[in-house]
Amino acid sequence: MKVQLNGNEVELADGAAVAQAVASLGVGALTPGVAVAVAGEVVPRAQWTSRRLSDGETVEVVHAVQGG
Amino acid sequence: MPSRGDSDTATERWRLGDREWGSRLIVGTGGFRSLEQMERALAASGTEIVTVALRRVDPLAQGSVTELIDRLGLFVLPNTAGCYTARDAVRTAKLAREAFRTDWIKLEVIGDDRTLLPDAPELLLAAEELAADGFTVLPYTTDDPVVARRLEETGCAAVMPLGSPIGSGSGIRNPYNFRIIVEQAGVPVICDAGIGTASDATVAMELGCDGVLLASAVSRAADPVLMAGAMRRAVEAGYAARRAGRIPRRLHAQASSPEEGLAELDG
Repeated sequence: MKVQLNGNEVELADGAAVAQAVASLGVGALTPGVAVAVAGEVVPRAQWTSRRLSDGETVEVVHAVQGG
Repeated sequence: MPSRGDSDTATERWRLGDREWGSRLIVGTGGFRSLEQMERALAASGTEIVTVALRRVDPLAQGSVTELIDRLGLFVLPNTAGCYTARDAVRTAKLAREAFRTDWIKLEVIGDDRTLLPDAPELLLAAEELAADGFTVLPYTTDDPVVARRLEETGCAAVMPLGSPIGSGSGIRNPYNFRIIVEQAGVPVICDAGIGTASDATVAMELGCDGVLLASAVSRAADPVLMAGAMRRAVEAGYAARRAGRIPRRLHAQASSPEEGLAELDG
């Protein structure tokens, strides 16, 4: 299946969870200061392995950058 | 009233949200040329609270802002910069809460990309929803006293009127509105945006602001570390001057030397 990950289309195994998607960005369960939204809704870190993605879903993975 | 020495006023603590702070200067982390320069400037500013923005993770990016802020022991205040609707701002605030384990949010809802002025109706909607959800909401707002009052009524922990547009360095364009906002506010008032140099920060504090939030004035100065120290002293000076009670402005002179006892020298 394909999902939109931070604006890029990526191919993931069917039934992949949020954890697999964020891993492709180098983000793991212990990476501090990261948050994930799927289809605009926050997915708490504790649910990264249980929240399965569907084909075409939008995943946003954000962290802190310099900003006023 | 007992006299207070300068060092006393400089270190007097204040309350914002559910915490006490020493510094009245909040520094945005945007615009620094390097993390190393940012670290030295933040240290020189004496700030305890720094703002950050939330953006997509870039696997190729070098260095971590979060790591640096943790190392300096500073409090992270995430912002919703770049949001143009209440919906986006609320979602960003919730992402920030998840990322940083904080319910503090510097709420920005921009209405126009040229002026970066706040969109007051959207801002009020977002503030209301976030305050009801338990956030400590610090809204960047116009210098409109009515909007400031409405924000306070939604449960915001402070109101943060802009002195002039973000990054414009134009100081406080409407000091009269600031006086009215300060006079009526039951929450801290923080001057957010428009500070260009140290005297602007002092004016904000003399007008009665409880604090100053700035970024570009330091980060884009020719020497950010030097300017950061200047801003620390400027905020302290303005706060002390406000409490000291300035003399009234007069049209004509008022002699400071006695008029009695003048020697007769024309004979």
